[in-house]
Amino acid sequence: MSMINDIQDEIIEEFALLDGDMEMCNFYLMELGQKLPSIDEADRTDDHIVKGCQSKVWLIPSFEDNKMHFGADSNTAITKGLISLLVRILSNQSPQEVIEADLYFIEKIGMDRFIGTQRSNGFGSMIKQIKLYALAYQAKLNQV
Amino acid sequence: MSAVKNIKYGLDIDSIRAQFPVLDQQVNGKPLVYFDNAATNQKPKMVIDAISGYYEGYNANIHRGIHTLAEKATKAFEATRTKLQQFINAAESEEIIFTKGTTESINLVANTYGRKFINEGDEIIISTMEHHSNIVPWQLLCEEKKAILKVIPVNDSGDIIYDEYLKLLSDRTKIVSIVYASNSLGTINPVKDIISEAHKVGAKVMLDGAQSTAHLHIDVQALDCDFYALSAHKMYGPTGVGALYGKRELLEAMPPYQGGGEMIKDVSFEKTTYNDIPYKFEAGTPNIGDVVAFGKAIDFINDIGKDEISRHEHELLSYATQQLKKIDGLQIIGEAKQKVSVVSFIIEGIHPFDIGQMMDARGVAVRTGHHCTQPLMTRYGIEGTVRASFAIYNTKEEIDIMVEGISKIVKMMRVS
Repeated sequence: MSMINDIQDEIIEEFALLDGDMEMCNFYLMELGQKLPSIDEADRTDDHIVKGCQSKVWLIPSFEDNKMHFGADSNTAITKGLISLLVRILSNQSPQEVIEADLYFIEKIGMDRFIGTQRSNGFGSMIKQIKLYALAYQAKLNQV
Repeated sequence: MSAVKNIKYGLDIDSIRAQFPVLDQQVNGKPLVYFDNAATNQKPKMVIDAISGYYEGYNANIHRGIHTLAEKATKAFEATRTKLQQFINAAESEEIIFTKGTTESINLVANTYGRKFINEGDEIIISTMEHHSNIVPWQLLCEEKKAILKVIPVNDSGDIIYDEYLKLLSDRTKIVSIVYASNSLGTINPVKDIISEAHKVGAKVMLDGAQSTAHLHIDVQALDCDFYALSAHKMYGPTGVGALYGKRELLEAMPPYQGGGEMIKDVSFEKTTYNDIPYKFEAGTPNIGDVVAFGKAIDFINDIGKDEISRHEHELLSYATQQLKKIDGLQIIGEAKQKVSVVSFIIEGIHPFDIGQMMDARGVAVRTGHHCTQPLMTRYGIEGTVRASFAIYNTKEEIDIMVEGISKIVKMMRVS
């Protein structure tokens, strides 16, 4: 869990440098999004779409060595930046850690202020989707 | 912005702006630039004051009260009907029915005139550029009556293909329902010709006037349209109020829309007789305070004058179009021959949502998405656009702020 919080703290520090400037925050999100590798066109299927987002967001989970990994993409640059934050924090973690993760960075960086309600709701849907995948993987682990 | 700079054709934009309290604010640390006027425009102080004036001074239910307040409220309510009648040049004030807005007005016609007079195999014509409000009510009617919905195509510049319209007309055509000015493209349709051609085959014509009423001279008698729908909130008036104009003989032939108070003459459990128009279509206590304030919105437009409004908005439209076109990769969607002050655009490789959000960070309010015209977006093979729409209080300096912001986003996105 500490690793998840370490990454969150890093993100909080990065956004603190932007001093709450909305434009800068959005530019920074776009930059982060651009660094996230795009997913293959073939993977952009309806099955991988996160429901509840106004923009299109694709999320592809995988599971290796008891850790969860995510590929993600979006058709809008800012949203891709948002999902890249979640990938950065929650990829390479165990399902249990993902389930228990308290994502306090959202409030700390004042995200709802610079992305607005619609995107905030969409962001909530992304988190929900990731946690659902984590529950599913955890259930599988428990069966073994 | 200096006062001198904004005085054009005797129009003092600064003093007009001063009448809109909402414009005087910072959004995200920047002065608000409000370019979402096609969605709803802002309200002048006289409209806002009329709402509180009504509730503070003479709130009462209208028409059947004999006390002084009821009398005063009724007079103010009916005064708006007369003002609106004159504003769109209807022959009689009874031809003006108050509704919640354009959407309800169209639904009213589809559900009353449509249900009574449309039969199996009849045809209803709309266009590709219709707002969902002028598609769905007709689709529902067609489903119920096994009637057929026909659609006039649009060309690449955003004009309807008139010859195709003529081909669609036949003696099976019963209703043509078309938007006067497109909310997504700004296109002003040749409605006078559309109406006269429709009448030749005996069809009735409904005009969606949501985007045209505040910007163009409207004369329903000269147009000879059978129905005309409008919304107060796109005319500097309150939300939740609009109107339906209908020719007297049509309104009289139509069954009531909703049952309740006001719309009846006599009620017994055996039989109810209905009130005369317009009351037949105004069941229940209407939105009195907002209708009263709507009257002030009409005064506001009349005080400035449609010619002045239209001249100013056209100047803004031409300037915005010209400046936006300088941006690398930007494409204007909708370059019809005649337009109201709406400019829609897309930028290669940048999603409209991203532009909208970045604009908001700069205090600029634009709309992004399909603008409730999904079939039109499909026609152009796009998901949506960024739309800037201008009103009387907007300035070229504000357009510069928008264009500068968009250029910055484009540069940033292209570099990385």
